[in-house]
Amino acid sequence: MNGTQVVEGARRAPARARVRSHDDERRRPWTFWVLATVFVAYVLALYGPMLCIYVLSLQDIRGGLVFPMKGLSLHWFVDLFTQVRTGDVKGGFERSITLALVVTVLTVVGSFLAGLGFRARFRGDGIVFYVMVGSLVAPGLVLGIGIGLLFQYLGIEPHWYTSALGAHLSWTLPFGVLVMFAVLSRFDSAWEEAARDLGASHWQTIRWVVIPVLAPGLVAVALFGFTLSYDEFARTLQTSGSLNTLPLEIWSMTLNVTSPSLYALGTVTTIASFVIIGASLGVIAWLQRRRARRLPAN
Amino acid sequence: MAIEKGDIELAGVYKRFGDFTAVDGVNLRIPDGAYCCFLGPSGCGKTTILRMIAGHEDPTGGEILIGGQNVVGLPPVARRTAMMFQSYALFPHLSVRDNVAFALRVRGMSRADRYRVADAMLERVRITELANRLPGQLSGGQQQRVALARAAITEPKVLLLDEPLSALDEQLRIQMRTELRRMQRDLGITFVHVTHTQLEAIALADVVVVMEKGKIRQAARARDVYARPRDRYVAEFLGGQNVFRCRVESVNGRSVVVSGVDMSGIEVPVEAPGRIASGQNVDLAIRRDDIRLHRTPPSQGADWNSIGARIQAIEYQGAFVKVIMENVGDTEFVVYVPEREFFEEPFEVGESVVASWHAERALLLA
Repeated sequence: MNGTQVVEGARRAPARARVRSHDDERRRPWTFWVLATVFVAYVLALYGPMLCIYVLSLQDIRGGLVFPMKGLSLHWFVDLFTQVRTGDVKGGFERSITLALVVTVLTVVGSFLAGLGFRARFRGDGIVFYVMVGSLVAPGLVLGIGIGLLFQYLGIEPHWYTSALGAHLSWTLPFGVLVMFAVLSRFDSAWEEAARDLGASHWQTIRWVVIPVLAPGLVAVALFGFTLSYDEFARTLQTSGSLNTLPLEIWSMTLNVTSPSLYALGTVTTIASFVIIGASLGVIAWLQRRRARRLPAN
Repeated sequence: MAIEKGDIELAGVYKRFGDFTAVDGVNLRIPDGAYCCFLGPSGCGKTTILRMIAGHEDPTGGEILIGGQNVVGLPPVARRTAMMFQSYALFPHLSVRDNVAFALRVRGMSRADRYRVADAMLERVRITELANRLPGQLSGGQQQRVALARAAITEPKVLLLDEPLSALDEQLRIQMRTELRRMQRDLGITFVHVTHTQLEAIALADVVVVMEKGKIRQAARARDVYARPRDRYVAEFLGGQNVFRCRVESVNGRSVVVSGVDMSGIEVPVEAPGRIASGQNVDLAIRRDDIRLHRTPPSQGADWNSIGARIQAIEYQGAFVKVIMENVGDTEFVVYVPEREFFEEPFEVGESVVASWHAERALLLA
């Protein structure tokens, strides 16, 4: 008797739950509106200022640094790349891109190897990990000054491709390794064992199993490395030597350029960033399509 | 040099991880072409033995011989073994065909050649139509076939299977069990299969190896392990037996008389009575399906034994009815009554009955 009642109760419960969830769709709780308002305010605060810059960069020759808009043209973009007084934008851009690419390659290789290394426990692994995280936590400006001082003390001329490269790696490498930890946590070491069981050498296992399986994660590490280096400012300030990277160039322009070409520069660098992110997503999509290509066309 | 036969011999094999002894001096011989199941609870060392045979773990001591040759220190391919991993470990980025062809790619075979061999193997395990799929798009049963094909393509002499059915649901497990046995006959090689499910082991194996805490408790044919367990541990792990603690009262010729809680004057035949002395404590095993239940004391011959019991619970199992008695001392007492027989005159919970068995059916455990 009792047993039957329990069974019926259990059968009724989901039905009741379904009715309640149906109500939810019609009348949202007040908390929904509070959170929605906070979210909209957040998005406006995030993108509003940037949108102002993009809009103001499209003024004509009469344009100033504040609203209202005066005319509509690409004048300041032309000005940006033709006027010498605005600064060495082209050179800064080339240096930043080159530096970011080198940093990306070193970060991907370093993080991949470190990630594999940290899977097995070794003597002093805790210390290595904390030293690594330390350089992530240390204030960038102080770290940059330190590197600058060290180079001066050793009598080596700082350059964007030596001291600044090291400064960037002190930022991107620990970051990359932490990302690799997350990526590797989903990697099943049974795959490596299976490869070994089938006769693969260490190198064949790395090349045909480990790297292809981790490829999307490695692209993510590359993306992190590139963007962190490309817009790095604090660590670069005292380490780039006589030639500026792009962020330093922009910063110095804010001190002496008072025309909307500053805004034009903001627009151009934003577009460059989006192109890079788009290219990375394209690579990931291409990797996935390459996998899917083997599937039947149904 | 090349290993041609798949007979396996473990000689004094042990394995320690730090202070923990996973495998504690194991001696075993598995004949070529046999289906061998290692059975035991998790942590009993069965998987470690499998991994040592496979070459993914080195023994701390002892020898492992395959085809008469000591293989300790050799890589898996040189041992002519192949392993099927617990969750199959199929390469997620490779199609089924590329997964199966992986071992051939490693050996530098051309794409056309290895695809031809792989396709033949896919046909053998009946998954030709899945050749272009990725592992993530397969069901559990299909994944198992791919794993089997991938392992078998190296033409191993020994196939090692680590809990191959545990990832499948009940119905598929029984289906794939039959499939494994078919493949083993088909390939004609030695299969070593690790499981913690007794039904799986006795359904599949020529040799069942029951393990506990790194030691082999019994290694015998499936029927012997089930019907003639060597000790209490094996009897309880395989199930289907009632195991009572008793004391030997007297030893006479081919049998001994024992008594225990709620029972006395129970006669049990023994093969070597010389090794048993009066006053000794022994375990008495009686199969659950060898016991008959009666409402009134039956008038049976002298070679029948009986004890009184009260029914505590009744479970319908389909082919038979499981009648659970009140514990005898501290041990479970269960009787399996054939379904038709039970329903001729069904017993009720709480009823007092007499349980009897033929003396020849009782078994004295080591």
